[in-house]
Amino acid sequence: MSDKLTVTMPSDLDVKMVRVFDAPRALVFEAHSKCEHIKHWWGRGNPLDCELDFRPGGTWRFVEHAPDGEAYAFHGEFREIQAPERIVQTFEFEGMPGHVCVETLELTEEGGKTTVTSVTRFDTKEERDGMVATGMSDGAGESYDALDQYLAKLS
Amino acid sequence: MDRLSEVFSALADPTRRAILARLAEGEATVNQLAEPFPISLQAVSKHLKVLERAGLITRGKEAQWRPCRLDAGPLREVADWVAAYERFWEQRYEHLGEYLQKLQKHGTPQEERDE
Repeated sequence: MSDKLTVTMPSDLDVKMVRVFDAPRALVFEAHSKCEHIKHWWGRGNPLDCELDFRPGGTWRFVEHAPDGEAYAFHGEFREIQAPERIVQTFEFEGMPGHVCVETLELTEEGGKTTVTSVTRFDTKEERDGMVATGMSDGAGESYDALDQYLAKLS
Repeated sequence: MDRLSEVFSALADPTRRAILARLAEGEATVNQLAEPFPISLQAVSKHLKVLERAGLITRGKEAQWRPCRLDAGPLREVADWVAAYERFWEQRYEHLGEYLQKLQKHGTPQEERDE
């Protein structure tokens, strides 16, 4: 198993990220659930202000202080928490307000290693209003692969 | 709705993504675009309007013909957004991996007292 992050866009506009950590699941979950831990990694090495109310319906807000003096603020709300295997939360970058993502984290453990699978869905207004049929028919899968490859070429 | 949201909304439909994938191969008329789908020309026209409003396609001016063309600009914005998101998470997880190693070496979180 690789410890590198793999990224795919499996359907619609989901972004799926998979990362294996050499640590038991309870510890990886714990590292997601308390500011004292989150401060050590979420800021990517930068100082981080952390507010966290880790319960369903609770909110979180992180402010990352970049070396250039800029502060980047993010916030969201916990929609679902099932220790130690699943967290569903919203994610919004305050620099681009209105772009709300829904992140679903699934943690599985095998042989002392923990796989974190995160699926992020861009939450469009249509989706919130239930106007868009989500999911995808098999027939559209191939054409989506083509678009995916096209996007890959662009980036 | 701002542009990026409009683009994401437009892309959230499989038929519209299929239309874009077809247009990535070259311009096409409404009739040509409708061919692979079991839906009416009118329905395809509706999808084209959504794509046009999001700036993902442009349409020719000739009244009868009006070929559709892909405009890659907004797709690039989406790709940039996704790329930035991924890069941030790559760095975060890199730090989480190191932090977890440290935690395991120096004891359980409860024993961690260096805060």
